[in-house]
Amino acid sequence: MLDHSMPQAATFAGGVDGLFWLITWIVGLWFIAAEAMFFWLMWRFRRKPGVPAQYVTGKEKHLKRWINIPHGLVLIFDVVIIVAAIRVWVEIKQTLPPADVTIRVNSQQWAWTFTDPGPDGVLDTPDDVRTTDELHVTVGKTYHFLLESKDVLHSFFVPAFRLKQDAIPGRTYTGWFKATRPGNYDIQCAEICGLGHGVMGAKLVVEDAAAHAAWIQQHANDGALAALTTPAPADTAAKPATATPAPAAGTH
Amino acid sequence: MAHATTHPVSAGGGAHGGAHHDEHWIKKYFWSTDHKIIAFQYIFTGMAMALIGAFMAYVFRMQLAFPGSSVPGWGFVSPGQYNALITNHGSIMIFWVAMPVLIAGFGNYLIPLMIGADDMVFPRINRLSYQLFLLSAIVLLASLFVPNGGFGGAWTAYPPLSANRVYSTTPYGSTMWVIAVALEFVAFLLGGINFIVTSMNSRAKGMRAFDVPIVVWTIVIASILFMASVGPLIAGAVMLIFDQTAGTSFFNPNRGGDPILWQHLFWFFGHPEVYVVLLPAMGIVAEVMCVFARKKLFAYQTVIYTIIGTGVLSFFVWAHHQFVAGIDPRMANVFTVTTVLVSVPIAEMCFVYIATLYGGSIQFSTPMLWALAFLAEFLIGGVTGIYLGASGLDVYFHDTYFVVAHFHYTFFPIAIIAVFSGITFWFPKMFGRMMNDTWGKVHFWGTIIPFNMIFIPLFILGMNGEHRRIFDYHNFPHLDTPYMQSLRITATIALVVMLAFQPIFLWNFIRSMFAGPVAGKNPWKANTFEWAADSPPPHGNFAEMPECHRGPYEYSVEGRTTDYWPQHEPA
Repeated sequence: MLDHSMPQAATFAGGVDGLFWLITWIVGLWFIAAEAMFFWLMWRFRRKPGVPAQYVTGKEKHLKRWINIPHGLVLIFDVVIIVAAIRVWVEIKQTLPPADVTIRVNSQQWAWTFTDPGPDGVLDTPDDVRTTDELHVTVGKTYHFLLESKDVLHSFFVPAFRLKQDAIPGRTYTGWFKATRPGNYDIQCAEICGLGHGVMGAKLVVEDAAAHAAWIQQHANDGALAALTTPAPADTAAKPATATPAPAAGTH
Repeated sequence: MAHATTHPVSAGGGAHGGAHHDEHWIKKYFWSTDHKIIAFQYIFTGMAMALIGAFMAYVFRMQLAFPGSSVPGWGFVSPGQYNALITNHGSIMIFWVAMPVLIAGFGNYLIPLMIGADDMVFPRINRLSYQLFLLSAIVLLASLFVPNGGFGGAWTAYPPLSANRVYSTTPYGSTMWVIAVALEFVAFLLGGINFIVTSMNSRAKGMRAFDVPIVVWTIVIASILFMASVGPLIAGAVMLIFDQTAGTSFFNPNRGGDPILWQHLFWFFGHPEVYVVLLPAMGIVAEVMCVFARKKLFAYQTVIYTIIGTGVLSFFVWAHHQFVAGIDPRMANVFTVTTVLVSVPIAEMCFVYIATLYGGSIQFSTPMLWALAFLAEFLIGGVTGIYLGASGLDVYFHDTYFVVAHFHYTFFPIAIIAVFSGITFWFPKMFGRMMNDTWGKVHFWGTIIPFNMIFIPLFILGMNGEHRRIFDYHNFPHLDTPYMQSLRITATIALVVMLAFQPIFLWNFIRSMFAGPVAGKNPWKANTFEWAADSPPPHGNFAEMPECHRGPYEYSVEGRTTDYWPQHEPA
């Protein structure tokens, strides 16, 4: 997008930005042409004493083509935009490249919990690394994320990745990304979720494989420790109202 | 507003069958079945609600520009208050300002006058419609003062947040909000029935379908769109009320419900709703442009076909609000196609309006400035919609400030610019006196320039990834930069400037009502029927029921001494 303030940090970010500029060029030209015509007509046909208006019905062929030709062009440009938009969409949402790592992203009022599979690379084992409001991923690896919500709708938004997906209680959504650029980025909740919506952010750390391994090593025992001391995951008891925990409905 | 106490034979259902001499003022202004009084009730209520909605915008914009400081006239803004303010600002501006003023207000005032009828077909239903609307406004405003505060789940009210008091923390505010919205829908259903039936059955002798002014067409088609789309949402609202209060689980995923269902019901209505308010605004602009360019509307029938085309297409685009909501990704492809194709009839309509200026003799009066500004600004709203309809890009832009800026560039021209155009244009007819044109222009520039200064920064904020409905951006490091904050402050200052210009309009309005120059029947030299009636028209509208002899836009016809040719004038 505006690259100085919003870097491209995932494989599909370039495609999204390319689509942005394609649409900007197309509609920008139309917009400027239409406004220029509009203001020129306003100036050209301003009221002048002794000059009456013309009687034009809009059925005159030589005038009507000024409407019909641009109108046909609009339709053609629409098709260009639709094709480009769907290409980007299919890449982000409709394909699922094979995963190197699968992580779980849990949302709840008003925190993100991330589960990394840990050294064994398998989720739901004692060496999982669970972190709150901080996600560490390795650059260049394809990640699948299993997105869930415990209570209301949230939306997993990583602006630097150009990735957004709503989290729906009772469902597990599987999406993917592949980070391309190390750094610290924001994770936002983009769907209003109650009083704490404005504080529901998290930090995304994209790092190289060595740094990630070191981070895993540092936290590998946390999960095992947590599993030993608290039998149930610590945060399920937090919401009393509809506390019949949904079966994590099968992934799709 | 001196209403004459005699009127010709009434065809309007008999509700005002001659028994209105020396009415008590309460009966005349608060229990009236006269379509013009009901129109004023709607317009004035809508204007009052607009002031409330604008005040809300002032409070939350101040919080965004100067987070954590006390807002003059309000105090400190808590996160709960912030959510309630944005929620009710949106709800009020769409349901209690745009709808009552554009559809109900102008529809009630203009339809009988423009088709040459003495009143609506169902005057008592009309009265009931306003009364329900007033009740809905009172319920909404009351919901802000109940324990735990007003509803704060955004105007879209997505469950489970809106359905469950544990999540929303506003048990009373949520339910009252939904009740208010449902009541408001019922009010407009009653009004819409009236508009459709009246314009089908009560047209003056000689008035064929293609002699009807565009604004009547647009209001009637908008009413049909509304009636066809609102049913599912009323059902949804009832289900939501049950979920909130009776423990049902229509939208509760833990007990077999589906929160996405609400989104479909909401947006199946919500997107046609955009066109429900857009179309009457386009109609008002067409009337004003033709009069002040002294031009026949370019390709009148094409405009009507584009209105109908837009209306039909608007039923097939709703899921573009849900691209990233968890719907089947293949569905997004279909809705991208339909959404981007809406640009076809809308672009045609804009081209036709621009072409109407060709060969004109344009007078830049206040109503004309507003009408031209509508088109110039709405184009920005239109082209930025393409970005959001393109599914691949919406993944990024969804729920960012780009969306906020986009829809304000559509709704502000609709609900504010077109309304100012309509009010300044028909003011002489409504009150029999002219408004001050110089003050009108001061108010125009004082509104238009700040309007752009508010919303252009929001486009940039959205491109930089600023997400919506956040009361304080300190928690997001890349959004908390001095540059981003300076954009927020710019927008807020522009808003304050814009609001500071609004008392000029109110003063001009009230002063002109009592002390403006007397307007006469037809101050703008316009063609349509309402200008054949006295200003203001008496109860029953016309001293002699008009007959229609030609189309509504016969301006500057060659070989005539005057540059207009009223519809009621015999050949």
